[in-house]
Amino acid sequence: MTKIITENLHLHYGENHALRGIDLNIHANKITALIGPSGCGKSTFLKTLNRMNDSVPNIKITGKVLLDGEDIYDSTVDVTKLRKKAGMVFQSPNPFPMSIYDNVAYGLRIHGIKKRVLIDEIVERSLQGAAIWDEVKDRLRTPALALSGGQQQRLCIARTLAVSPEAILMDEPTSALDPISTMKIEELMSELAKKYTVVIVTHNMQQAARISDYTAFFLLGEMIEYDKTNNIFAAPKDQRTENYITGRFG
Amino acid sequence: MHAGATCKKGCEELNSITGKRKRPTDIVLYSIIGLFTVAVFAMTAYFAGYILIKGLRGISFAFLTTASNPIIGTIGILPAILNTAYIILLTLVFAVPVGVGGAVYINEYAKSRKLIRVIEFTTETLSGIPSIIFGVFGYVFFCTFLNLKVSLLSGAFTLTIMVLPTIIRTSQEALKSVPLSYREGAAGLGASKWYMIRTILLPNASSGIITAIVLSVGRIVGESAALLLVAGGSAMYLPKGSFFEQIKSSGSTLAVELYRYAYSRGENEVGFAIAALLLIIVIGLNLIVKLIGKRLNRGAK
Amino acid sequence: MENSITRTSSITRKRKLKKPVETIMNVIFLICGLAAVVSVILISLYMVFSGAPAIAKIGPLKFLAGQIWNPEVNDFGILPLILSSVTATGLAILIAVPAALCAAIFLTHIAKKRVATVLLFLVELLAGIPSVVYGLLGAILIVPLVFKAQTALGMPMSGSLLSASIVLVIMILPTIISVSVASINTVPKQYNDVSLALGSSKMQSIMRAIIPAAKSGIVSGIVLGVGRAIGETMAVMMVAGNAPIMPELLKPARLLTVGISMEWAYSSGLHRDALYGIGLVLFVFIMIINILLSSILKKGNNTGNK
Repeated sequence: MTKIITENLHLHYGENHALRGIDLNIHANKITALIGPSGCGKSTFLKTLNRMNDSVPNIKITGKVLLDGEDIYDSTVDVTKLRKKAGMVFQSPNPFPMSIYDNVAYGLRIHGIKKRVLIDEIVERSLQGAAIWDEVKDRLRTPALALSGGQQQRLCIARTLAVSPEAILMDEPTSALDPISTMKIEELMSELAKKYTVVIVTHNMQQAARISDYTAFFLLGEMIEYDKTNNIFAAPKDQRTENYITGRFG
Repeated sequence: MHAGATCKKGCEELNSITGKRKRPTDIVLYSIIGLFTVAVFAMTAYFAGYILIKGLRGISFAFLTTASNPIIGTIGILPAILNTAYIILLTLVFAVPVGVGGAVYINEYAKSRKLIRVIEFTTETLSGIPSIIFGVFGYVFFCTFLNLKVSLLSGAFTLTIMVLPTIIRTSQEALKSVPLSYREGAAGLGASKWYMIRTILLPNASSGIITAIVLSVGRIVGESAALLLVAGGSAMYLPKGSFFEQIKSSGSTLAVELYRYAYSRGENEVGFAIAALLLIIVIGLNLIVKLIGKRLNRGAK
Repeated sequence: MENSITRTSSITRKRKLKKPVETIMNVIFLICGLAAVVSVILISLYMVFSGAPAIAKIGPLKFLAGQIWNPEVNDFGILPLILSSVTATGLAILIAVPAALCAAIFLTHIAKKRVATVLLFLVELLAGIPSVVYGLLGAILIVPLVFKAQTALGMPMSGSLLSASIVLVIMILPTIISVSVASINTVPKQYNDVSLALGSSKMQSIMRAIIPAAKSGIVSGIVLGVGRAIGETMAVMMVAGNAPIMPELLKPARLLTVGISMEWAYSSGLHRDALYGIGLVLFVFIMIINILLSSILKKGNNTGNK
């Protein structure tokens, strides 16, 4: 089952043609990794999937992005609903300067949920879902910024889970973390894929190989190759993909 | 299902992302913000325009270049302009070396973090003290204790303390922006500290120091409450005698004259003319600061 | 002096002997560095030593809680002055804070960059306008408006507490706006992004993510505004009517600062001492505000770092 489809997606920042006709089918409840050298457009592509690029000046996007068959760039789309459905986890852990509890509850309050009992319940479930509940359950009211980097990132994932997304877009979620925290997040991602569609941008090819089901290779704004991860890493069809994954450039 | 719990009610369309809806609270907030912002800036523009239109009419060559003559009934503010110039000059002569020196000390010499914190706290405190307090202090200390009487000199000393925080803080910013590598380069060549400060640090921080001076001039020109107490007097006559005799006599600056004309004597026309003059000076000073800032930015690029 | 560098060519000697110029300059810079400290100490001492005896002579209670100020018969009660200052400042803050916050939000998150630059320049300009100019504007534009209200209510036309408060609003607006703008601008852009990514509207992310993160800066701006308002003299003197009576919105009022400046020129003896006493009371107010401010800033820094 496909969750997200992009059709002939182009993106211009002023003069810069950053995405050049991307066609991609992202499968539901799978992990899709986007790899490629820096500046290849993978992060830009990820951000077009929940319209986080909208506020960038001089940006022009053409083509289609379908989420469950609905074009997200259609004029009738409510961006807040879109982003609730396709949540995002950022590169560096970025909890708000509030308590752990308030961080997770933030999105719920944004969406008008006021009942304490319900918020309590979802906060707990989200923290469990992000595999951090046991570490923080006794100090939910303490500042989130006092957590370690890895814990902060899992808290950010919990915060995203709290608004019940269907897809989770992760922009190099482990690049700012130490190896042990990275491992924990990778384990968590496999767990998440059971319920959510996960798209992850990573510059770490081993990570893509370890955790993803599908891999797309980007280069200079184009998607060069997209296949099951095993195929990409075992038998890339395109010479450029091979060059990249064997470390000949990038 | 996990997703179900959070949207028991609003999700009948089963997670469709279409159907735009502006939140009513957002609309209200946007309106409030817009309203207040318009009010604030419309008022500012109105005030500035009002002063300029009412005041510029009263400014003439004779107004600026003569003293008032009560016999033939002409009004001129040259004495006040001269007093203002004296006070600016004297204050800068005292305050700039001390302020810049203080900034150099904090940035280059001070090793004890505690001492730095004390200096920064007192600088902060100084900038929070209102001018009337400076006036009272200046009167007791400079006019009475040091026996300088109510005079331009007392005014300049009092203002020196008042502008000190501005000069220290702005110079400190400028010194901080001089790259560490310059210092290391000089030290690497065996230059002594004072030599390095003189030849590398201060020249490179000069725009910042000029900004500090311009900001101080703004403060001095606008000051009235403190000067009313320590420099007081009036500005009816042109200052007489040698430079030192002049600065030892009392005299009021433009801002104090504005107060005297408009409040004590009810001559609003003159008040507005001086107000327009002050406003033009303030606009000019602000533009200079902006230009220096722009040049700095371009230099950095 | 420059060639003293070449003279000390031996490194060992250089380390032991600091050149005299260096030592002298070190001392000179130290003195400059201490200028602010010395000034604050001197000001504090002089304010206390000139103000406290007067208060003691008049009697602290009679001075601070006395309701009548009449120098001719040696009545020096400054309660009306204290309450007028507090009321005028409170009223000014009450109006200025929401307006300033709105303007700051507009400048940082709604206005186009170019518009914001121009408006910010205007704010800086507003901050640089001398207080006497505000006083004149207040006397010509605001006081007559209040006259209308006073006539309508059958009260005598005069300067008033209300006029003073309005002038103060205008004068503290730029302070609060520019401090708020600066602190909102230091909020990491990520907070906005995260909030949007969770499905908030732009306004929600401003109100719930950005403003709370800038809170300590904004509060320090407000405290700074309180300090400015309570210390303002000339502008207030030109519009407030200056009668030393208990504060009433549409009646004349004398604030602490004006209490000093009004009668300074023709006071002597115990009367002058009483003015020093007012100075001390005002100074204490300001010091409390200063200490409050620095503790807010310290707290803000701590939470910002970790």
